[in-house]
Amino acid sequence: MSDTILETEDLTKHYGGVHALESADFVLRKGEHVAIMGDNGAGKSTFVRQITGVEQRTRGKITFMGSEVNFAGPLDAREAGIETVFQTLALADDLDVPDNLFLGREKILVNLGPFSILDYRGMRKATEEGLKKTAVKIPNINNAIRNMSGGQRQCVAIARTATFHSKLTIMDEPTAALGVQETEQVENIIRTLKDNGEPLILISHNMRQVFDLVDRIIVFRRGRMVANLMKEDTDGQDVVAYITGAKTGAEYVGAP
Amino acid sequence: MSEVSSATAEMEAIKKKRHWPPELNALIGLIGIAIIFEILGWAIRDQSFFGSLTRLKIMILQVSIIGIIAVGVTQVIITGGIDLSSGSIVGAAAMISMSFAQIGTYPKAVFIDLGWVDLPIIIPIAIGLGCGLLAGLINGILIAYTKIPPFIATLGMMVSARGVAKWWTKGKPVSFPTDEFAAIGQGMTPVIIFLCVAVLFYLILRYTVYGKHTYAIGSNQDAARMSGINVERHLVLVYTIAGTLAGLAAMVLAARGLTAQSGMGVMYELDAIAMTVIGGVSLAGGRGSVIGTAIGMLIFGVIISGFTFIRLDAFYQEMIKGGIIVAAVVADVYRQRRRAMES
Repeated sequence: MSDTILETEDLTKHYGGVHALESADFVLRKGEHVAIMGDNGAGKSTFVRQITGVEQRTRGKITFMGSEVNFAGPLDAREAGIETVFQTLALADDLDVPDNLFLGREKILVNLGPFSILDYRGMRKATEEGLKKTAVKIPNINNAIRNMSGGQRQCVAIARTATFHSKLTIMDEPTAALGVQETEQVENIIRTLKDNGEPLILISHNMRQVFDLVDRIIVFRRGRMVANLMKEDTDGQDVVAYITGAKTGAEYVGAP
Repeated sequence: MSEVSSATAEMEAIKKKRHWPPELNALIGLIGIAIIFEILGWAIRDQSFFGSLTRLKIMILQVSIIGIIAVGVTQVIITGGIDLSSGSIVGAAAMISMSFAQIGTYPKAVFIDLGWVDLPIIIPIAIGLGCGLLAGLINGILIAYTKIPPFIATLGMMVSARGVAKWWTKGKPVSFPTDEFAAIGQGMTPVIIFLCVAVLFYLILRYTVYGKHTYAIGSNQDAARMSGINVERHLVLVYTIAGTLAGLAAMVLAARGLTAQSGMGVMYELDAIAMTVIGGVSLAGGRGSVIGTAIGMLIFGVIISGFTFIRLDAFYQEMIKGGIIVAAVVADVYRQRRRAMES
């Protein structure tokens, strides 16, 4: 079990009477890229929110890097090495790329409490390395985020994961708002992550993208996991059948 | 390949041109206004506006005390907030610190309820800074933890601190400070104090974690919070610093006039905000610098002494001053709209 990055057992979330997520058992192995698909409201984002500590689960167990975890908030998850790229980008528009990558965890030259002096050179260097690692091309990293295209912003958000040597990256529809070229740019970064052996959970509605990028596809329907498919054993038609409920995976029969 | 890189370089050049810093606009404005008054000087009074060193000295002295306040206000506005209380904090801090700075030579004039005279200078200074710090701390706690808008919280402090200023001596002015205390405001000392404060906070905003977080909060508060910045604690710190600087300005002002009255500092908050906005600090938060504010302060100084120089009536001066403030805000809104359209 040493190659297991993340494991959830019986992960469940109820919002009052709404069963948004019902006993999800999930395993992510080293270097694996997994897509999570499903209709709107199927429980994809709920599932991710339990893992990243944005919400507190109703019941169930989460094991990350071999030990059980209970994140009090998204910061705890980030500390532990789970980096999330949200649909709504959490970037400060007036700051430049290194500032954004290191926001809240700045490199310090001289420690003077809140007035600690910033290590600009160190942050710049680490940023350049992170960008190189993810093959992100940004013409001028000292440019404010405000002056960048949507794709470049998304790349900056993703580059955070590489800069901090995160152990798991989660992306929630990273290309939903992007154009064709920008989408390609983001997909290239994802391929680089794959080549580097960094595990990824990708939420996406884009069938082509999913088949292009990941090893395994998980389908959620009405708060339940209904399929766990290796890419080689399935095709687009098949996945759609699971998403719409025309088909249910053998091991999940009995689910409503 | 070289074509591509030259095209990229060209794009960069365009971008750089379009996104020049607002401080530069302010500087161009300063030079323009200075030239106008120089021309007007020759046309109306047949003498140079900038030719007189005394006039320049008076000009910078007039604005440097409000400039100290503006350095604090700059930080508040960068977080996306506003501080309307600084003028009243000046009043209260001046009254209270002055009453601990009195000399014993004129027993009848001494604010007798306390009866403490000839105290070492450190005591009134500590008390003056403490008053500003306390007022700023209350502002910050209200804004950060009750989530009321900064406009309301500091409006309340504006009224209350003015009340404190009047209540402290039941409306009587406090005069006759010790020589050491008076020295804070004599000669060019206010300008030197302003310069120290401005340089210090320029460096702090530019090179420290405090500065980075100040800009981040004004830029995108949610992103700042998600990045692990303790937004509430930071806001308290920013407002506390602004209050403390108002306390410092209060002592310089009182020492300079050798007296403190409860009406001191009225409208200073608006002048400080105006200097800040004229200097290119965006009211939407996230943008601006102490350098911009210093330029805004100089513009303010040139306009005020320029009007006096061409013998424009004080009534007109105020009317025009109001127009300039509105114009600076309009320019800021216009900049924001253009930026929103670009992105």
